[in-house]
Amino acid sequence: MSIGARIYRWFGRNMIRVYAVFAFTYLFIPVAYTFVFSFNDSGKSNLVWKGFTLGNWQNPCGAPEVCTALGNSIKIGFLATIFSTILGTMIAFAIGRHKFKGRSSSNLLIFLPMATPEIVLGASLLSLFLVFKINPGFWPTVIAHVVFCISFVVVTVKARIASLDPRLEQAAMDLYANEIETFRRVTLPLVAPGIAGAALLAFSLSFDDFIITNFNSGTLTTFPKFVYVSAARGIPAQANVIGSAMFFLALALVIVGQIVSRRRKVS
Amino acid sequence: MGKIKTPYLLLLPGFAFLFTFFILPIVNLAQTSTQTPVGGGDTGQYEQTFAFSNYINAFVENKEQFTRSFVYATIATVLALAISYPLAYAIAFKSGRWKNVLLVLVVAPFFTSFLLRTVAWKQILGEEGFVVPGLRTLGVISDSTTLTSTGFAVVMGMTYNFLPFMTLPLYASIDRIDPRTLEASGDLYANGFTTFRKVTLPLSMPGVVAGTLLTFIPAAGDYVNAAILGSPNTKMIGNVIESRYFKIVDYPTAAALSFTLMAAILILVTLYIRKAGTEELV
Repeated sequence: MSIGARIYRWFGRNMIRVYAVFAFTYLFIPVAYTFVFSFNDSGKSNLVWKGFTLGNWQNPCGAPEVCTALGNSIKIGFLATIFSTILGTMIAFAIGRHKFKGRSSSNLLIFLPMATPEIVLGASLLSLFLVFKINPGFWPTVIAHVVFCISFVVVTVKARIASLDPRLEQAAMDLYANEIETFRRVTLPLVAPGIAGAALLAFSLSFDDFIITNFNSGTLTTFPKFVYVSAARGIPAQANVIGSAMFFLALALVIVGQIVSRRRKVS
Repeated sequence: MGKIKTPYLLLLPGFAFLFTFFILPIVNLAQTSTQTPVGGGDTGQYEQTFAFSNYINAFVENKEQFTRSFVYATIATVLALAISYPLAYAIAFKSGRWKNVLLVLVVAPFFTSFLLRTVAWKQILGEEGFVVPGLRTLGVISDSTTLTSTGFAVVMGMTYNFLPFMTLPLYASIDRIDPRTLEASGDLYANGFTTFRKVTLPLSMPGVVAGTLLTFIPAAGDYVNAAILGSPNTKMIGNVIESRYFKIVDYPTAAALSFTLMAAILILVTLYIRKAGTEELV
């Protein structure tokens, strides 16, 4: 076979893999850019490469406001995650485990916030707060985040509940466990990974949210707001440090999670 | 206390919350949308006059931005589908033991704040980035052509930012396809293209529908990409709503625009779901 035909055949077989490599490159270009420019010895505006430094990583709070903004984002994300995970999990159990009147309208109420554009969610909540003379700020932002996180929690936990084998619970009941014991010792541990995943999702949605936050936070700065506001005059390299650090932290969490769940399966 | 009551007790706190902070605000927004300024009052004071003309005025004044929002969102959704489908297919069928790793890689860029990544695109595509000088040297674009502050940059930014929303549901439904159905199709003398059109694509339709919705809805209401990567000539309806709220303090128009946007999206989504013929959404 000629070399040309061989190359042709290789491409025929591997075209989709080549394509996937291109797609991943596209996905990671800005991440790589953010990481590289976190080492830029740039001074205030991080637009042009001026030389390598570790200074930004040694002093990530060096730029004014950046760590205040990060702190606010973490606090808001934490509270929004707790509230939305509790409320959402309860709804998921109701819808996933029970047949009752109004089940399909409940599903609709969960779907609607996801189908509403963020700007409408944000604007409508701000209008409500203004009517009740509540000033936008920390708690209004937490409430706004819970609103859009709940639906994602419900969907994630519901999927986990749906994948459970009902025979496990029946077995527990056969072994004379009452309903509460069955729930605590069988159902809940089995659904727990779904709840943990939902909480992680809620936190990352809340942490990264800009549009709804912008409407309801008033003068409070969050990390995405900080980036948006400073984008006009060039964001400080410390923001790149924080963005890259979050990336590696989350990646490490995912990898540890994978290893733990694999070990469990083996043992 | 019977079994009937349990689900309602579980639903109560969450639905009370959603009622107060989701339904009530939407109703309130509907009320705001038909208000007019108080005669002789300060800026930002409005009274209810059921001025439905607000809707007509808001739409006529901003027809251009409305059209642009839907055109940009449609292009971004189609592009995202074109990029994501082969990617999701490769992860589901061609990745072997790397499947989980690749799935993590699809989501991983999300962990760097999306604003940071959008600003990164602005700088990559900007005058000081490496793309523009490169393309100029190759003679692909002229010296006066820029990539940022264009509709191209805005659409590209949206395609990029919503890509995982497209890839994950697509992957979920392609991964469920039994590879034996594809083999069977081949055994019955269908070529690769026919197998794709008659077997793979129909079976992955729920993923296509969920992915397009999860991309199109946020894209149509987005204003961040247009604000960072665009120019005043690429303003979308989100930018208008934002500036009506914060810069002009014109709540009724902002509310009317929000409602028109939501209604337009709901109508399009309903038509689309009918056409795509699937009820299985989430």
